[in-house]
Amino acid sequence: MRGFSYARARSVDDVVAGARDGDMALIAGGTELLNWARIGIERPRRVLDISGVPGLGGIEPLGDGGLRIGALAKLNQVALHAEVRARYPVLSQAILKSASAQLRNLATIGGNPLQRTRCAYFRSEDPATPCNKRQAGSGCAALHGLNERHAIFGWTEDCVATNPSDPAVALACLDATIVTEHASGRRRLPVRAFHTLPGDDPAAHTVLRSGELITAIEVGPPAPASAYIKVRERESYEFALVSAAAAVELVGDRIARARIALGGVAMRPWRLDQAERDLIGLRAGSPAAAEAVTAAFGTARPLALNAYKVPLARNTAIRALELAARTS
Amino acid sequence: MEGPVFSSRVAIGLRVNGTGHALDFDARTSLLDLLREHLGLTGTKKGCNRGECGACTVLLDGARLNACMVLAASADGREVTTVEGLAAGGRLHPVQQAFIDQDAFQCGFCTAGQIMSAVGCVREGHATSGEEIREWMSGNICRCSAYPQIAAAVAVAVAAAAAQGEI
Repeated sequence: MRGFSYARARSVDDVVAGARDGDMALIAGGTELLNWARIGIERPRRVLDISGVPGLGGIEPLGDGGLRIGALAKLNQVALHAEVRARYPVLSQAILKSASAQLRNLATIGGNPLQRTRCAYFRSEDPATPCNKRQAGSGCAALHGLNERHAIFGWTEDCVATNPSDPAVALACLDATIVTEHASGRRRLPVRAFHTLPGDDPAAHTVLRSGELITAIEVGPPAPASAYIKVRERESYEFALVSAAAAVELVGDRIARARIALGGVAMRPWRLDQAERDLIGLRAGSPAAAEAVTAAFGTARPLALNAYKVPLARNTAIRALELAARTS
Repeated sequence: MEGPVFSSRVAIGLRVNGTGHALDFDARTSLLDLLREHLGLTGTKKGCNRGECGACTVLLDGARLNACMVLAASADGREVTTVEGLAAGGRLHPVQQAFIDQDAFQCGFCTAGQIMSAVGCVREGHATSGEEIREWMSGNICRCSAYPQIAAAVAVAVAAAAAQGEI
């Protein structure tokens, strides 16, 4: 690991001031940055510790019935929070199915959406492995390589990776907003548009700018009828092959509103917009509802080794939708 | 306005197993390396050094976490408990005793991390059933695959700790 200098931020102003000099990485939980630095994905000259910045760790109600979750709240703290469990079960479940108990005590909800792809070529300790996210223009080793865990939606020949975050899938399903501070001002970024697709920029992961600080994540009115299903090769402590977050509103047994986001299929949580529209008015758990979800996979483009993800993701989405409806 | 002051050396105060230390080290140092290389506390093991195996699990202000993923600089003023700090008055902690009684290790490399994780798991109240123990202990990998015995040890430790009023 290349040497770096370290300082602690005492305020958001400290972060904004420190960012003016450039080449500075922010560290909160540290569960990603330290690994990036160890294998050279990041080589920061300065590391600013934001873990002690006051006022960024609380979970508070918002006027519209929503919740403001401070960026420094630990994953376990968010998942086990009574309001989150009762009103946003999809988020609580997604968090508890991510990482391990120890990592969830370290990692923050603001840092989690910033984790980068788990593509083995991106995480390679051999810098000669082609990867446009490691070295722009070097190519994509996964395109014709070992791509069984890679994307079926939204990829280009420049990058076929997926985003590994579970919480981000739940937050995208909930139409959550990421709030940031930067020298140029405050921004409110929809989680749905926070992660970039390779067609936007194959080297990027998110729209966050250098020196921009995530201060909070806001979720809207409660979604008590919601659920998260994660499918993986072992029952716990493993990244998703695919996952699905679903939130529904029912009138009787008919769907009045449905939101579905998939994980493990693209470089961002993948919302099924058309299916969500088609589901309105259908009976939850009906063959017609399953058909509406199935139709969303007509545009899936599997790679050589991951065609299994198409039926797996479809079935997971249908199950998540049915589970969410049963929760109401 | 004056921004934060950066330094490649860091000086912190840290309590480890009840003893205070004043420490000065390179800013890159992980809490794991600080414990092992600077304080000689080698009970905490370095397995993967990237947050995947759980062998380096310690308690920081009572919360279990992977010491390899903590920048030691960020631990200023905090309290660390390692496996060396569990026994009290010549008596093993109930979790340590349960691991012996249940034969919950073979090669032993993961054991200190398993025990520290189990102490955290029991204190959190996440050890109320076999299923819950397996889920909340999943961050500790055992390559000898002593999982049934480890889960049994945690279950026994819960009962023992409750009987002794230690949780």
